[in-house]
Amino acid sequence: MAKISYLQAIHNALDFEMGKDDDVFILGEDVGKKGGVFKVTDGLQEKYGEMRCLDTPLAESNIVGTGIGAAMMGKRPVAEIQFAEYILPATNQILSEAAKIRYRSNGDWNCPMVIRAPFGGGIHGALYHSQSIESIFASTPGLKVVIPSTPNDAKGLLISAIRDNDPVLYFEHKKAYRLLKEEVPEGDYTVPIGKADVKRSGEDITVITYGLCVNYALQAAERLSKDGHDVEILDLRTVYPLDKESIIVSAKKTGKVLLVTEDNLEGSIMSEVSAIIGENCLYDLDAPIMRLAGPDVPAMPYSPPMEDFFMVNPEKIEEKMLELIEH
Amino acid sequence: MTEIKMPKLGESVTEGTIEKWLVSPGDTIEEYDPICEVITDKVTAEVPSVFDGIIGEILVQEGETVEVGVPICTITTEGKSEEKANTKEDSDDAVPKSVPAENDTAEKPMVSRADKPKDARISPVVMRLAGEHDIDLNQVAGTGFNGRITKKDILKVIEDPSLAKEKAEKSSEPVERERSGALEESAHVTPGEEIPVTGVRAAIANKMVQSSTEIPHAWLMMEVDATNLVNTRNQLKNKFKETEGFNLTFFSFFIKAVAETLKEYPMLNSSWKGDKIVVNKDINISIAVASDDKLYVPVIKNADELTIKGIAKQVNELASLGREHRLTSAHMSGGTFTVNNTGAFGSVQSMGIINHPQAAILQVESIVKKPVIIDDMIAVRDMVNLCLSIDHRILDGLVAGQFLKTVKEKIEKISYEHTSVY
Repeated sequence: MAKISYLQAIHNALDFEMGKDDDVFILGEDVGKKGGVFKVTDGLQEKYGEMRCLDTPLAESNIVGTGIGAAMMGKRPVAEIQFAEYILPATNQILSEAAKIRYRSNGDWNCPMVIRAPFGGGIHGALYHSQSIESIFASTPGLKVVIPSTPNDAKGLLISAIRDNDPVLYFEHKKAYRLLKEEVPEGDYTVPIGKADVKRSGEDITVITYGLCVNYALQAAERLSKDGHDVEILDLRTVYPLDKESIIVSAKKTGKVLLVTEDNLEGSIMSEVSAIIGENCLYDLDAPIMRLAGPDVPAMPYSPPMEDFFMVNPEKIEEKMLELIEH
Repeated sequence: MTEIKMPKLGESVTEGTIEKWLVSPGDTIEEYDPICEVITDKVTAEVPSVFDGIIGEILVQEGETVEVGVPICTITTEGKSEEKANTKEDSDDAVPKSVPAENDTAEKPMVSRADKPKDARISPVVMRLAGEHDIDLNQVAGTGFNGRITKKDILKVIEDPSLAKEKAEKSSEPVERERSGALEESAHVTPGEEIPVTGVRAAIANKMVQSSTEIPHAWLMMEVDATNLVNTRNQLKNKFKETEGFNLTFFSFFIKAVAETLKEYPMLNSSWKGDKIVVNKDINISIAVASDDKLYVPVIKNADELTIKGIAKQVNELASLGREHRLTSAHMSGGTFTVNNTGAFGSVQSMGIINHPQAAILQVESIVKKPVIIDDMIAVRDMVNLCLSIDHRILDGLVAGQFLKTVKEKIEKISYEHTSVY
C-alpha cells in the first residue's frame, strides 16, 4: 500500500467514483482547468472531460442550486466550495431545498449530492479562509455533515458520501491536506457515515473530537502515555447526526470527558455532545465535562501569535487532558 | 395512634435535638409524664406527653435534630385507636402498606449523608458505586484534585476492600499534614474512649465556631489595683452573709462597675447586624456558669438598675440553678455583654471568645498579691487583670481602652466609706 496524503486520498476517492459511475461529476470554482486552488481535482477534467469537471462562475448559490437540480434528475454531483466560509451564499439552497426535498415530496424526490469544502485554521489564512462552519448545518435534519480526520477516513467517507442518496456536506481540513499521510488502500472501500471511531483506546479519560484536532489529540495522548496516562480518543467523523451510542459508551467507560473543537466554543458541535453526555451518563461521570475550543471572537486572526492563541494545538490539549486526569 | 411533635421551645427556636429518651416503646404513660429531653441552643427541657397511652415508635433518635413540628414518636391512645380504625378504614389500610415500603428503602444500601465525607466533592459515579457496593466513602483514599475520591479510587476498593481500612494511616496523611501538624501527631496517638458530641457540647461547639470564625477578635488587658476592693469586701462579707444568707462576691462588684461603665460607653453594649450596628438599650450581663461538662450563660437583666447586693443575689441564684441543670431559655436569652469570672479557677490572663452576637466579653482574673511601686516605694497590693475581647468590626482599640480604663478607675475607687452594696 502506498503512503498518501489526506489531499491525495480525497483526489483518489473522486477519481475512483468518477471512473466507476458516469453520473458522478464535479462542479466548482477553478476545479477544472486549474485543478482546484488546493489541487484536489488536479487532472480530473483532463481525464473525464469538461462536462464532468465543470468550472463555474463565482456564485455559490448557483453551484449548489445547479447541483441540487442535477441530483434530483439522477446525477451524483460533487460540488466544491473553494473555502468553507464561501458556502454562506448557498445556505438557502442547502437548508431549504437540498435538506428538505425528500420530506417535501413525500419521498418522491431525493438529492444525492455532495458538497465539499476546505475548512479550518492554522494556515495564516485569516478570516474568510480559516473558520469552522459545521455548526451552521448541524441542526438541519435532512443533511449529513462529515469531517474526516485521516487519509483513510477521507477516502472511505467521500466514497460513502457520493454513494449516499441524500445530501452530504463533506468538510476537509485544509491544514491536514499535506500534513497527514498514511497508507491508504487502493480501490473500493467505504467508511460508514454516522459512525464514530475510537482512534485510541484508553482507560483514564475520554477525548471526543473531530477533524485535525484528532491528530493533535493523538499527539498529546502519546506524550502523556509516557507518564503512564491512558487516554481514549473518539473521532466523531460524522458531526451531524451524531453517533450517540459511541459517545455514551466512551463517556461511561472513563467517566471523565474532554471535548475538543477548533470552532468557537458557544453553540459548537461540542455543545450538543456535552448535552448527550449530560442526559445519558450523569451517574457514570467522575468529573465535570470539560471543553476546549476556540474563543468566542468573530474570526481567526491573521497575526501568527494571535492565530496561535485562537487555534487548538497539541500543547493546549495536553494541558487540558492533564487537568482532567488529575481531577 | 397519635403523634407527638417536636415542641417550639422559645420564640426564635426552629429546631430541637433529642438529647435523651426517657421512655421506650411499649411503656405506658400518663398525660404530662416527661417523655424525652430536648435541647435547643443551650437549654435542655423535658417534653411532657400530651396524652395517656402506650409509646409506639420512637421516630427521632437521640442526638438527631429535627424541625419544630416534626413527629418525634407515636403513642397509642386507649379507646381512640379502635375508634379510628372503624371510622377511617381507608387510612388504616394504607398504614400497613406503607410500613414495609419504608423498610424496603431502609434495607437498600443507599449512601446516606452521614457516609459522605464532610465538605468533599463526590462525583455522581463515585456516589453510585459507593451505594451499589455499600462502601463508606470516609474509608476511601482520594488521589484526585484536593484529595477527591476518583472513580478509579473506588474501583480499587471494590476490588480489594482491605484498602479501605489502610486509608486512615496512609492517604489522609498528606492532606491533613497540609492543614496542621497537630492533626498529624494525633494520628499516632493510641485512641481511648470516644465521646459522641451531642446536646449541650454540640451547642457550645457550634456557638464557639460561629463566634470565632465570624467575629474578628481583638484583645486588651489592664492591671487593676483591687486592694481597696479587697479591704472593703472583707469588712462587709461576714455581716452580709448573716443578714442576706448568701455570699458577697468580688465578682458582683465587677459586674456593677461594668454595668455602670456600659452606660457611658454604649458601643460596647451593641450588636453587629451585617449592614448596621444595633446599640442595645438594656444592659443585660451574661455570666458563665460551668457545671461538670456543661457551660451555661445565664443573664442578669438590667444589671445597671441593680445594687451590688441585687447583682450578688442573682449571681448566686443563677449559679445554683446552673449546677442543678435547671436553667431555662428564659434565663439565658437577651444578654448584651458578658462578664466571665475566669479568676474563679485561678486564671490570671485569658482571651475570651465573644458570646455571639455581643460586641465584647470581659474576663475578670484572679486577684493576687504583688509587689507594686507606688510613689517610688514598693508596696504589696492586691492586683487583678481585666482582659477584654472586642469585636473589631464594631469597636476600635481607643474606645475599648477608654471603657476598660473607666472600669479600672471605678474598681480602684471603691472604699468602705463611700461604696454601698445596697
